[in-house]
Amino acid sequence: MSTDWPRVRLHVVTGKGGTGKTTVAASLALALASHGKHVLLCEVEGRQGIARIFDVEPLPYEERRLATGLAAGGKSAGTVHALSIDPEAALLEYLAMYYKLGRAGRALDRFGVVEFATTIAPGVRDVLLTGKVFEAVQRNSRNKGARQYDAVVLDAPPTGRISQFLNVSDELAGLAKVGPIKHQADTMMTLFRSPRTAVHLVTLLEEMPVQETADGIEHLREAGLPVGGVVVNLVRPRDLKVKDLAAARKGALDRGAIEADLVTAGVDVDDALLDGLLSEARDHAERRALEDSQRKIVKALGIPAYELPRLAGGVDLGGLYELAQALRDQGLA
Amino acid sequence: MSPSHPRAHPRVGPLAARSTTPRSLDVDALIDDPATGIIVCCGSGGVGKTTTSAALALRAAERGRKVVVLTIDPARRLAQSMGIEALDNTPRPVSGVGGAAEHGGSLDAMMLDMKRTFDEVVESQATPEKAKQILENPFYIALSSSFAGTQEYMAMEKLGQLQRDAKQTGTYDLIVVDTPPSRSALDFLDAPERLSSFLDGRFVRLLLAPARGPARLMTAGLGLVTGALSKILGGQLIGDLQTFVAALDTVFGGFRARAQQTYALLQADGTAFLVVAAPESDALREAAYFVERLSEDRMPLAGLVVNRATPAPAGELSADEAMTAAGRLQRAGGGSVTAGLLRLHADRVRMCEREAVLRGRFAAAHPQVPTVVVPALAGDVHDLEGLRKVGNMLAAG
Repeated sequence: MSTDWPRVRLHVVTGKGGTGKTTVAASLALALASHGKHVLLCEVEGRQGIARIFDVEPLPYEERRLATGLAAGGKSAGTVHALSIDPEAALLEYLAMYYKLGRAGRALDRFGVVEFATTIAPGVRDVLLTGKVFEAVQRNSRNKGARQYDAVVLDAPPTGRISQFLNVSDELAGLAKVGPIKHQADTMMTLFRSPRTAVHLVTLLEEMPVQETADGIEHLREAGLPVGGVVVNLVRPRDLKVKDLAAARKGALDRGAIEADLVTAGVDVDDALLDGLLSEARDHAERRALEDSQRKIVKALGIPAYELPRLAGGVDLGGLYELAQALRDQGLA
Repeated sequence: MSPSHPRAHPRVGPLAARSTTPRSLDVDALIDDPATGIIVCCGSGGVGKTTTSAALALRAAERGRKVVVLTIDPARRLAQSMGIEALDNTPRPVSGVGGAAEHGGSLDAMMLDMKRTFDEVVESQATPEKAKQILENPFYIALSSSFAGTQEYMAMEKLGQLQRDAKQTGTYDLIVVDTPPSRSALDFLDAPERLSSFLDGRFVRLLLAPARGPARLMTAGLGLVTGALSKILGGQLIGDLQTFVAALDTVFGGFRARAQQTYALLQADGTAFLVVAAPESDALREAAYFVERLSEDRMPLAGLVVNRATPAPAGELSADEAMTAAGRLQRAGGGSVTAGLLRLHADRVRMCEREAVLRGRFAAAHPQVPTVVVPALAGDVHDLEGLRKVGNMLAAG
């Protein structure tokens, strides 16, 4: 199975709150880490969502091996490492790496400048967070001892903030018009705007998340950031045919025939059960109609769309692999 | 949490695992009580806070309260139906609210404009020249439009303003507030503290030091620090920063006093917090955190709203029985509609069981929190009719 995004090294996953961004980012990382590929999964908001979903200890600011990738095609699976990026630690690392500030660097920390810089200047904070991601993507054999990755997946801030978050040089422009940090931001933008990056948007088949996805795509395009795919999450089971859905909505399903079927199948039928099944069918048909109308809107966005089922038992580690397989089958990974 | 919870005979054996049924939350009693002056809805993103606040506000208005609802980011069509799609930071009357004539109830709604609220605070605290200087400073612009916590803080600032106005003019007797969908939705509790500690911080004092004079000892350190900063950020930045901090410092007294007032207002008896959650493990974990945090800060918690729950399936048919029956039908080669219905039923039963387990765990950990479960509607809510439906379900519990 070939992927729709063969050139992409940095997969940014965004979405409205509650749509399952972290779940999708985690499954995508597992899916990418097949065929012996090594993947880094990053989070930047300090929520420890990755640790929760994989049921491991809270992640430190350090790359940790998290899981084995999805096994595919008889080849050995790769690995997924995880990293929780913390702006203060990133600032100190950044200073040590680029400026060799020595005593002054320690003074910065002692005088509370680090906390200050990461609190007051959101642009600076975002440069640091994305800067670490940038560094992980750009790593090559010259970085001795550092682990190299075939792909980096970023569990990013929500759709409403994503363009601002990635558009670091504009965000910084109001504060620093010249100087090294501005230069750094510009270099990062070259990667973020290149075809090696794709920003995927997670949505549900509901009005508000779909609207927010459409707005998000528009903002990304305005900022010149590469739009990836739309991942439609938590899709309901589709156990009824279209014509049956229409009948269910109108309350016109054949009650007698259903009753007869249930008897054949050995179910104790009473009116309560029949009424219940028919009203469940009506609810489902109504929800499906809404989903279908939203699906049309998603389709009209004109970018590749991928669907993930809602797992009735919730998402655990096994569920993540199931979702990873679904992403792989559909070509996101 | 108290370290020693006195229980003479710890319960063991089968009875210990008895499932906890939480107390139910009486929403109508809460909104009808004239002593309830403020309702704050908080919860993580995507759980339906905005819809819940709007539904509560509408229900209260139609039951005779004079209500204003402060929303943060409503769905476009909902905002349109409430007449607040234009963001002008002022409450506007919502038309189509029923029963206004008989009960004297009314509903106004507004959408929060974070930056504008911040600007207004600055303008009210500083002289016109000083205010202009602050408003044009790049650091202020960055801070007022994207500082983590600014939105939370401004929501609370606006709440304070509304409450003061309402007290003076008697326009409203109930304020319903929706809180921003932040990473930690209780940031507004910390915002005053954070702002204070920021402005009292060592570095800020250091930046202000030369202006204030007798801080010779620190200036050597400052030279080192500003030198390093100029190297990283560029020199112009330091100048802007000093101007900003100095300007903010002069209006700061007012800031802090107001923040403390708002905090006290939240703790007062007339305030009720509602924690909103979806029946998902993440959302309920966040909800548990809110409950603990609110009680730590002695904020009056009214209860938990579990939103968008899977509606309870009818009948006694279990998921396994339904799946077995569906399998039989399929093998017999007929009844595809019925088999589909059975699979849907099984899916719903499983969802319900899982949600019940999650709610049961929450209730076991927080038995004191009254709870109401609101079943998911089949369609989206985007008009007053939909809000009424949600209101009915909130009250039906």
